[in-house]
Amino acid sequence: MKQLITYLLAGLLWVMPVLANAALTIEITGGVEGALPIAVVPFDTSRLSSKLPVDIAGIVASDLNRSGVLKSMERTRLPANPHYSNQVQYARWRTAGQDYLVVGRVLEKSPGLYNIEFQLLDVLKQKQLLGRSMPAKKRNLRSRAHQISDFIYEQITGTRGAFNTRIAFVRAQKDAARKYVLQVADTDGFNAQNVLESDEPIMSPSWSPDGKSLAYVSFENERPEIFIQHLATARRSKVAGFRGLNSAPSWSPDGKFLALVLSKDGSPDIYTLNTATKRLKRLTTHRSIDTEPVWASDGRTIIFTSDRAGSPQLYRIDVGGGKPKRVTFEGRYNTAASLSPDGKFIAMVHGERGQYKIAQYERETGNLTVLTDSSLDESPSFSPNGKMVLYASTRGNNGFLYAVSIDGRAKHKLSDQAGDIREPVWGPFESK
Amino acid sequence: MKLYNAMKTWMIAGLVAVVVTACATTQEEIIDGDGAPIDDQAQTGIVDDGSSGGADATGLDGADGGDGMAISDMDAISRLQQTEGALANRTIYFEFDSAKLTSESIQILETHGSFVAGNGEVSVRLEGHADERGSREYNIALGDRRAQSVRRVLLFQGASADQVETVSYGEEEPAMQGHTEEAWAKNRRVELIYTVN
Repeated sequence: MKQLITYLLAGLLWVMPVLANAALTIEITGGVEGALPIAVVPFDTSRLSSKLPVDIAGIVASDLNRSGVLKSMERTRLPANPHYSNQVQYARWRTAGQDYLVVGRVLEKSPGLYNIEFQLLDVLKQKQLLGRSMPAKKRNLRSRAHQISDFIYEQITGTRGAFNTRIAFVRAQKDAARKYVLQVADTDGFNAQNVLESDEPIMSPSWSPDGKSLAYVSFENERPEIFIQHLATARRSKVAGFRGLNSAPSWSPDGKFLALVLSKDGSPDIYTLNTATKRLKRLTTHRSIDTEPVWASDGRTIIFTSDRAGSPQLYRIDVGGGKPKRVTFEGRYNTAASLSPDGKFIAMVHGERGQYKIAQYERETGNLTVLTDSSLDESPSFSPNGKMVLYASTRGNNGFLYAVSIDGRAKHKLSDQAGDIREPVWGPFESK
Repeated sequence: MKLYNAMKTWMIAGLVAVVVTACATTQEEIIDGDGAPIDDQAQTGIVDDGSSGGADATGLDGADGGDGMAISDMDAISRLQQTEGALANRTIYFEFDSAKLTSESIQILETHGSFVAGNGEVSVRLEGHADERGSREYNIALGDRRAQSVRRVLLFQGASADQVETVSYGEEEPAMQGHTEEAWAKNRRVELIYTVN
């Protein structure tokens, strides 16, 4: 067999359950007027046999800052260094302009086995709002710190915190041995772990509703195919490898179906796949592009992108089939829907005059609010508590991850030292 | 040469006329991957006529053999190794958010289609691409539509469906880096990648 143009594709790739520890660092790019002032005092670690590898109070302060709802006091400005509520002189914190105060300490039960205690105090009322003691091991200290942030956030705002969840994204690295890496990380970008490495593009990660698996598109066989991979064991299976396009997998809320896009019958259309029976059902039949399906949280409707009216817009269709109804009308380019958990808002890519920004559409009123101010923004993904939208933005030669609060007022960048990062998706809450 | 071109044009026109009559569609619809909706039946009709019309198109390719002494004596590999002519042109470009082929592109692709049709040992992989603007999923679908537009012309010229494979990379594999009109124009493309078995 003579090959004129040979693709030297080793076809090699690595599937992995874990490891690596590349960190993203956080950079707050937009401050917020009216954010509630909170001081998080460094936790007492003086009684530990060895230095703690993690700055728990630092992680909590950074988490709360990113929410845009709270503003944590700079450490150098703290007027005192209490570790227990009975050491607190409330007047000093009131003078310093703080509404809330967090104090805590880390105790060692045995080497490497800790107990973290913290108290959230109301400075004006001079009383404790919340106190918790939680066991921790060296390897889950970061996760415990995010949990503390969740407790504090929920106590103050009444909304469940989403700091102790995970995000998935694709990283392209120009000069690395393997060009594409699918990674999972904490919501602050730390603790990044490799899920899949490949010489060929990886796209479209989608979380299973239990947070244990990812569906994604891999070009490892020189064409787009859909895989499901269990994260802890790295076991995976190919679920769609039809002729033409196999793309945009999206898990149903009950975890039993994948919505996906196939072009095996002509043009890219939306299908649902029962992952147990492998039964495939075609939902759209139009000759236009139909893609980017996402499920409503009741599992009954799917929002998708179609250019059937001449330019790409969002539509919805019943999972039982029927005629799609158009959802967006403003502007000539509305794609990549992400639904808020309550179904009331849709985050999307909104293109206008050659600029592609993240916008939020309120379904009841039809109001469209542009949330970002760059020109090449994509892949919006709601946090599981519906308060933030994670997205990718291309600046220079690389893509970076950003998160913006749903009112558009607070924005932060998860910056990175290496590679071009894209297609972030925010994972679900861990089951309580 | 001139005579051949004229003859070829007539023969293609004839073939088009036959197909148009057969499936009640128009040439514009055939080549327009992204334009006004046509019903699925007509679309299927095009593909069917493309393959069933294979005999006709092979006849055309026979005429192609008259395209100069050198070429008629060449095997498929030698023809693909030529650095000039339509066959050497293996990248087709598109407008933003469009899978529509220009008339120049169609001419180039007709030569490719006849070549594939006349050389059963040849297969071609059509790799569709998009520029970086907008969403990645929409762009991979757009790349698929572009590859399908090209595929339709090749099948119409008599290439068999087994010989033509399409794959879309969307915006994942740009030909040119950068966020300029120039880079975007270079990246909205279908590449024809040949294999000779």
